[in-house]
Amino acid sequence: MIFLDKLITGISLGSIYAIIALGYTMVYGIAKMLNFAHGDVIMMGAYIAFCTLQYLNLPPVMALIVAMAACTVMGVVIEGLAYRPLRQAASLAVLITAIGMSYLLQNLALMIWGANPKSFPGTMISIPTLSLFGGQLKITGATLVTILANVVIMVGLTLFTSRAKTGKAMRCVSEDRGAASLMGINVNRTISITFAIGSALAAVAGILLCSSYPTLQPTTGSMPGIKAFTAAVFGGIGSIPGAMLGGLLLGIIEIFGKAYISTELGDAIVFAVLIVVLLVRPSGLLGKPVREKV
Amino acid sequence: MSEEKRTPLLDVSGIHVYYGAIHAIKGVSFQVYPDEIVTLIGANGAGKSTTLNTITGLLRPKQGTICFDGKNVTSLPSHKMISQGIALCPEGRRIFQQMTVRENLEMGGFIRQASEIQSSMEEMFERFPRLKEREKQVAGTLSGGEQQMLAMARALMTRPRLLMLDEPSMGLAPILVEQIFGIIKEMHGAGVTILLVEQNAQMALSIADRAYVLETGTITMEGQADDLLHNDNVRKAYLGS
Ligand SMILES: Nc1ncnc2c1ncn2[C@@H]1O[C@H](COP(=O)(O)OP(=O)(O)O)[C@@H](O)[C@H]1O
Ligand SMILES: [Mg+2]
Repeated sequence: MIFLDKLITGISLGSIYAIIALGYTMVYGIAKMLNFAHGDVIMMGAYIAFCTLQYLNLPPVMALIVAMAACTVMGVVIEGLAYRPLRQAASLAVLITAIGMSYLLQNLALMIWGANPKSFPGTMISIPTLSLFGGQLKITGATLVTILANVVIMVGLTLFTSRAKTGKAMRCVSEDRGAASLMGINVNRTISITFAIGSALAAVAGILLCSSYPTLQPTTGSMPGIKAFTAAVFGGIGSIPGAMLGGLLLGIIEIFGKAYISTELGDAIVFAVLIVVLLVRPSGLLGKPVREKV
Repeated sequence: MSEEKRTPLLDVSGIHVYYGAIHAIKGVSFQVYPDEIVTLIGANGAGKSTTLNTITGLLRPKQGTICFDGKNVTSLPSHKMISQGIALCPEGRRIFQQMTVRENLEMGGFIRQASEIQSSMEEMFERFPRLKEREKQVAGTLSGGEQQMLAMARALMTRPRLLMLDEPSMGLAPILVEQIFGIIKEMHGAGVTILLVEQNAQMALSIADRAYVLETGTITMEGQADDLLHNDNVRKAYLGS
C-alpha cells in the first residue's frame, strides 16, 4: 500500500514536472532557445492566483483564469522585449538573457510580495480527499486534479499540433524557419504564440504545484523549473510526448528515491538517472537525433 | 515584339547583399517579363541562391530595389511574399521532413482558405501522381526525385505568378532531371512565369527564353538563351566544351 501511495504521489509530482517541461520543450523546439525564466513564470502565476484568492476574494476558477491570462501576457512581453531582439544573436547571449530574466522575475516578486513565504490557500482545489481500501490509501483532491489536468493538457496539445493550422505552423517553424516563412507563416508571431501557450501552462503548473506544496516564495519556481527542464531533456527536448514521459518518470524516480533509498539523495538520484540516460541516448528517450540544417 | 517595352514582372535593380563582411552580391540587376522562362546560371558560390533568397526577403539587400508587378517589395518581410504571388522552391528542397506529403502541401497553401487548398491539392495530385500514392507518407522517407516534386508542388499550392526554382536538378539522376525539366515546361505552359537557377547550364539554357550569367556576385553576360548556348565563352566555362 505504501508502494501504491508513493506511486500516486510520484505520478502527481511528475504531472507537474510534465506540464512545466512542456513549456521548456515547446519553446526549445520552436524558438530554439532555453527559456530559463520559465520556472519563474510559474512562481509569478502562483502569486497572482494567491492574490486573486486572498485579496480579491474571487472564486478559484477566476484565480485560474486571471493567473493564466497574466502569465500569457508576461510570456509574450518577455519574448518580445528580451528574446526577439536577439533572434540572430549567438545562443550563449540568449541563454544569459534568459538567466537575467529569471533573476529579474524573482527580484520583482521579492519587491512585491517580500521574502516571507506565503501559505497557498487550500481553497484553490477544494475537492475532498479520496479514501480507498478502507482508508489505507488516501488521494488528495490536489493530486486528482493534477493528474487529470496533465492528461487534458497532453491530449489538447497533441490535437492542437496535429490538427490546428497554428499548431501545424509551429511544427513548420520548428523544422525550418526559412521554409516556413516562404509558406507565408509569420515566424515571429508563431514564436509569440508558443510563449503564450507555454506561459499559460506555467500558471496552471504554479497553481497545481502550490496546491500540493503550499509554501510560496520568490524562489518557489527555481527547483521545479530545473527539474522540469531535466525532464524535458530526459524525454527528448523538443518532443511533446517526451516532456510527458520525462516528467512522469522524473516525478516517480524522485519520490521512490526519497522513499526507498535516501531522502537527502533524492535529487542526486534524479540527476544520476538523467546522466545515464543521456549517455545511452544522447537525444533523450523520445528525442530525434539532431540533423544539421543549412 | 521587343520585350523591353513591356513592364517586367520582376525587376531587380542594383542589389548589394552582404553576409557580415562578405560582399556576396555586388550590384546585380535583371528583369523577368511575364510568361518568360529566365535562367540565372553560374558556378557554385557565384551568388545565385543569395539572389533568390534576397528576392523573397529571407535576406536583405544593403542597396538596390526589388519590384514585383510594379510594386516595390524590397522591404516586405519574407512571409508576405507568397501573397504577392512570388514562390520559391528553395535549394536543397527544404520540405518539412517530419510532416506527411499531404501536410506539406497544406502548408504550401497556408495563406489560402481550406476549400482552395483542397482544389489546389487535387490539381497537384493530378500533375504529380507519385505524390498521390505517397499522400500519407512522412516526407523525409521519399526519394530525392519525389522530394523535389513535393517541393515544386508545395510552391505551386498558392498558384503563384512567379515561380523561382533554385537548382531543382541538384543530386538527381539524368532521367529524373529530364522529368523535372519536363514539369517546369508544363508549369510554364500553364501560365506560370519562371526564374530558374541552375548549375546544369545545358539543361537550363535549352528550356529558357533568356539567360543571365552570374560570376562572383556580378552579372557578366546576358542574352537570349539560344545565343548563350552557342557562345564560345559560355561553352568553355559552363558547358565543358
Ligand atoms: N550563410 C552564409 N554566410 C556567409 N557566407 C555565405 C553564406 N551563404 C553563402 N555565402 C557565400 O556567398 C557566396 C554566394 O553563395 P550562394 O549564393 O550560395 O552561391 P550559389 O547559390 O551560386 O552557389 C559564396 O561565396 C558563399 O560562400
Ligand atoms: Mg546555391
